Amino acid sequence: MITTLSEKIIGRTLLIIAVIFTVMPILSMFSASLEPADTTPLGLSWPKHPQWSNYKEAISGGHVVELMKSSIFIVLLVVPITLLFATMAGYAIGKMKIRGHSALFFFFLLGLTIPFESLIVPLYYQVDRLHLLNTQFAIVFPLIALFMPFSIFWMRAHFLRIPSEISEAAKVDGASEFQEFRRIHMPLAIPSVSALAVIIFIWTWNQFILGVVLIDDPLKRTVAGALTFFQGQYWISIPLISASALIIITPSLILFLIFQRKFISSLLQGAIKA
Amino acid sequence: MKRNNFLGALISMPAVLIYSLFVIYPLISAFRFSLTDWDGIGEKKFIGLENYIQIFQSPELVASIKNSLLLIVFFSVFPIFFGLLLANFIVRIRTQRIRSITQVVLFFPQILPLAASGIAWSWMYAKNGLINQFLRAIGLEKIAQPWLAGFSTALPAVGIIGAWVLTGFCAVLLATGISKIDSSLYEAARIDGANWWNEFRNVTIPGLRQEISVLITVTTIAALSSFDIIYVTTLGGPGSSTLVPGISIYRLAFTQSAVGLASAFGILLMVIVLLAIVPIQFYSRRSDQ
Repeated sequence: MITTLSEKIIGRTLLIIAVIFTVMPILSMFSASLEPADTTPLGLSWPKHPQWSNYKEAISGGHVVELMKSSIFIVLLVVPITLLFATMAGYAIGKMKIRGHSALFFFFLLGLTIPFESLIVPLYYQVDRLHLLNTQFAIVFPLIALFMPFSIFWMRAHFLRIPSEISEAAKVDGASEFQEFRRIHMPLAIPSVSALAVIIFIWTWNQFILGVVLIDDPLKRTVAGALTFFQGQYWISIPLISASALIIITPSLILFLIFQRKFISSLLQGAIKA
Repeated sequence: MKRNNFLGALISMPAVLIYSLFVIYPLISAFRFSLTDWDGIGEKKFIGLENYIQIFQSPELVASIKNSLLLIVFFSVFPIFFGLLLANFIVRIRTQRIRSITQVVLFFPQILPLAASGIAWSWMYAKNGLINQFLRAIGLEKIAQPWLAGFSTALPAVGIIGAWVLTGFCAVLLATGISKIDSSLYEAARIDGANWWNEFRNVTIPGLRQEISVLITVTTIAALSSFDIIYVTTLGGPGSSTLVPGISIYRLAFTQSAVGLASAFGILLMVIVLLAIVPIQFYSRRSDQ
């Protein structure tokens, strides 16, 4: 690719505009979060007396610690269980090719394009009958189930890519099905499983609609669902809403900056496979 | 072999069970509810397809479908168009560091909860928000207004939030796609005297067909199920100007106790999503061969 000077100038200008456009809303929120809590700030201004105490107020008044605990609790249940169930089913479908494996795969594919919105009403009554309404389990079970089609799709694709010679070699050496799985397929699956873990983590952490519908107390939802709590609590104070929203996005932002490559490649792969 | 089938069935069981219980069963319930008149507490009264007919007779629910189709312009068309443009320039950045920083920044809205993006943008659009501040600064004070509160401005304003979330994602995905295109195709085009536009049209776009069809699918689904952003910014208002199916379903079921109607709308939304993406998938599969 040869680039002429005019192309270079146009290209740079566009990219700079795009980058500014991307960070502006967050910068504007940051500048607002440092204004005195009882004032209405301007879009973007340099705070003369930055009020870091807004963050303290948002953390205590917004029950941030409680919220994080709830989110982590949900993530720690949803992510490992989803990975485990999907790996097992993906192995049976993609590697063992059990009788009826295509039918089974099709059964899971049915769920791939169902919008969450279409299921919230029946899920509400079902979860109510199970006496799980307003507990974290109200979203843990449906989330695992709703992530199944994509995750199985993902793991099946992984096991299909593994050449069958490898398992045959193991069989010749007298390995049992379990040993073959444990010694050969588990280590090989680590990159696919960890990429899937990143995707499921983000989807769980950012989950909104299920929390809003199935859990009345925002403090029992994941952080994204709890944002409505801040809106209710601080609707009158833009600085405090901004401070709390920024606190909420910090953990995933830090994770993203540390593991940016993994995040980007996982989410891109995720889109292509879906 | 028999033993293997048993073992395989056994390890598929947990996935089958939880999926049947929390996706397939509710799906069947949704369909059953959708054929009844039910307030969520009392008796369900079977009314056949009446709820489906009622959806199309209610101006509010029709508006909700129309709005979500209009949002496709903002969630799909803009991000893919600008994404292509940006991707084209991203791959030309020579310095590896700058290129990867640009991609990370552009990608980052994708990892935020949509609800948080909604909150950030409701502040952007507020009376004293950045957009009006900017308009006042360049002397366009007259058109400064609370954008999310206006009947004609609210839907585009919400759409722009979607474009903000998705453009960087499209750009990064497409940039990855471009870097996989055989570079000899570009050299050949340059030798033939192609300018960047010709090159873009005749080499880049055809090489990205698969990526583009993926992006159309993903962004269309995002447009049709845009509950999160709308819930935190406008809740469907003012009037029904930003109403989308997700919000309608929520309101019908949980504030208006029209559970049957809400379920029917849920089923209809599922059908609309399928109608939107099946042709794209079909077309892209066929043209791959």
